[in-house]
Amino acid sequence: MKKALALLVAFVLLPLALRALEQDFYISFASRVMIYALAATSLNFVLGYGGMISFGHAAFVGTGAYAAAILFAEGVASAWLAWPAAIVLAALAAALIGAVSLRTRGVYFIMITLAFAQMMFYLVNSLKMYGGDEGLTAVRRPEAWPLDLGDEVAFYYVALALLAVLLFALHRVSRARFGRALDAIRQNEARAEAIGFPVYRYRLACFVIAGAVAGLAGALLAAHGKYVNPGVLHWTQSGTLLIMVILGGVGSLWGGALGAAVLLSLEHFIADYPVPWLAALAPNYTQHAALAVGAVLLAVVLLAPRGIAGLLARPPRA
Amino acid sequence: MLELKALRKSFGALAAADGVTLEVRPGEVHALIGPNGAGKTTLVGLVAGTLAPESGEVLFEGRDITALSAHERVHAGLARSYQVTSVFPEFTVEENLALAVQARTGSSFSFWRPVAAEQALFAQARAVATQVGLGERAGLPARALSHGERRALEVGLGLATGARLLLLDEPMAGMGPEDSRRMVELIAALRGRVTVLLVEHDMDAVFRLADHISVLVAGRVIATGAPDEIRANPQVRSAYLGEELAA
Repeated sequence: MKKALALLVAFVLLPLALRALEQDFYISFASRVMIYALAATSLNFVLGYGGMISFGHAAFVGTGAYAAAILFAEGVASAWLAWPAAIVLAALAAALIGAVSLRTRGVYFIMITLAFAQMMFYLVNSLKMYGGDEGLTAVRRPEAWPLDLGDEVAFYYVALALLAVLLFALHRVSRARFGRALDAIRQNEARAEAIGFPVYRYRLACFVIAGAVAGLAGALLAAHGKYVNPGVLHWTQSGTLLIMVILGGVGSLWGGALGAAVLLSLEHFIADYPVPWLAALAPNYTQHAALAVGAVLLAVVLLAPRGIAGLLARPPRA
Repeated sequence: MLELKALRKSFGALAAADGVTLEVRPGEVHALIGPNGAGKTTLVGLVAGTLAPESGEVLFEGRDITALSAHERVHAGLARSYQVTSVFPEFTVEENLALAVQARTGSSFSFWRPVAAEQALFAQARAVATQVGLGERAGLPARALSHGERRALEVGLGLATGARLLLLDEPMAGMGPEDSRRMVELIAALRGRVTVLLVEHDMDAVFRLADHISVLVAGRVIATGAPDEIRANPQVRSAYLGEELAA
């Protein structure tokens, strides 16, 4: 808890330092990392805590992003209205998709969540009213009186506050009755049922909560970039979120956040800071950040199966 | 206590339960024996609610529970153990048992209050741990237990749910003589406190523990009676027990 507080203080001070160093770009970059951290953490709740390998988490991020963007396009400028709406709609989507998907297990669950997400991807692609495959652009960020979300520092603090609340909530939930039951179900589903836990209901609740958080991340993403396109629902986005969780640490509190930070930083630094000798060898390599990400993922999976969080935290969780 | 009425369940052409009718009286240890493939595990599934019968009824304390799911039956007061040990390997003995107590008491849709602060859960868990002889192993993760200890935890999980009827599916499976002896003592100590339906291969144990024995052959109960009656029953002898009993 002390370490977490120290970390929080560091992140509160970060934008001030970046501003002093005239590195404003990184304030916005950090906001983006934290938004992805929200989304990846919500997936980690499903994957690491609930033991469900969902390959369609982008559907809920996308639902939230589109809900917020469409509301903005229709004149709802307040984030106080749009973001809760995004959360509710994403939770609803998760309830519908989860209610069907959770009747399957293993590889079928992976496939059915993927299929649902792809259906939603094609659905928003066909929303000609709202940009179709070109997406929706907003002229500015939503309003959130008394905050000015247009200000990068203010936006940063909003994202930081939401991420901090989410991580604290996850910490609590995992130790509360609900989290213990979920952990039991992950370890041994049949046994959990045999001592009286309604397994399906727990899984669905977990799936819906994660969907709601992903929806919030989506709304933030749309606000942050002032733009949303069907790409946020594409299956590769679900894959990116999965990679973040695996990189960071499946089932670890910090896994999603660490994974998001490492993955986005890798992509950014590879693309924007070409290494001269490497560029001479392979002129286009900066466009293929995925190659480096793949190498890092391989290293983590082989050398640190519990992810980066597992490397940092020793002794391991009992 | 428990009544099975003409339960039928088949897998393809094989009738694993071919009209099973059986009554278990309260407070008794009722053993179910039968050769391999007689349908014992199928019957356990039908009673526990993990399998649905094609026809017939399961009555528990006079109430028809045929349509209840497995977790609903646990709340009704009927819990099972598994033939192949099935516990929560990452949790300690105490945490395993506390989880079963948690499933019984109050809502588990509680998202904020740490379980560790719930003294009552752990007090009950420790009591069950002592009852099944794991009092001194309560702090160990389940995966660190010996086979015999894990089998005891398996029974403890059923007890901790507060069940009035325990369905024990071959609790002595894979045990050495010493562990078997302890398990027999454990089950004997349950008599009068909970009703036990015991499915077991170990004939010594069955004849020492059971108040009544039912013999299942090819999905049918061919005989039910006190141990002596079963021993003397010529039909049972020829169908199954013959040599083992004569010895």
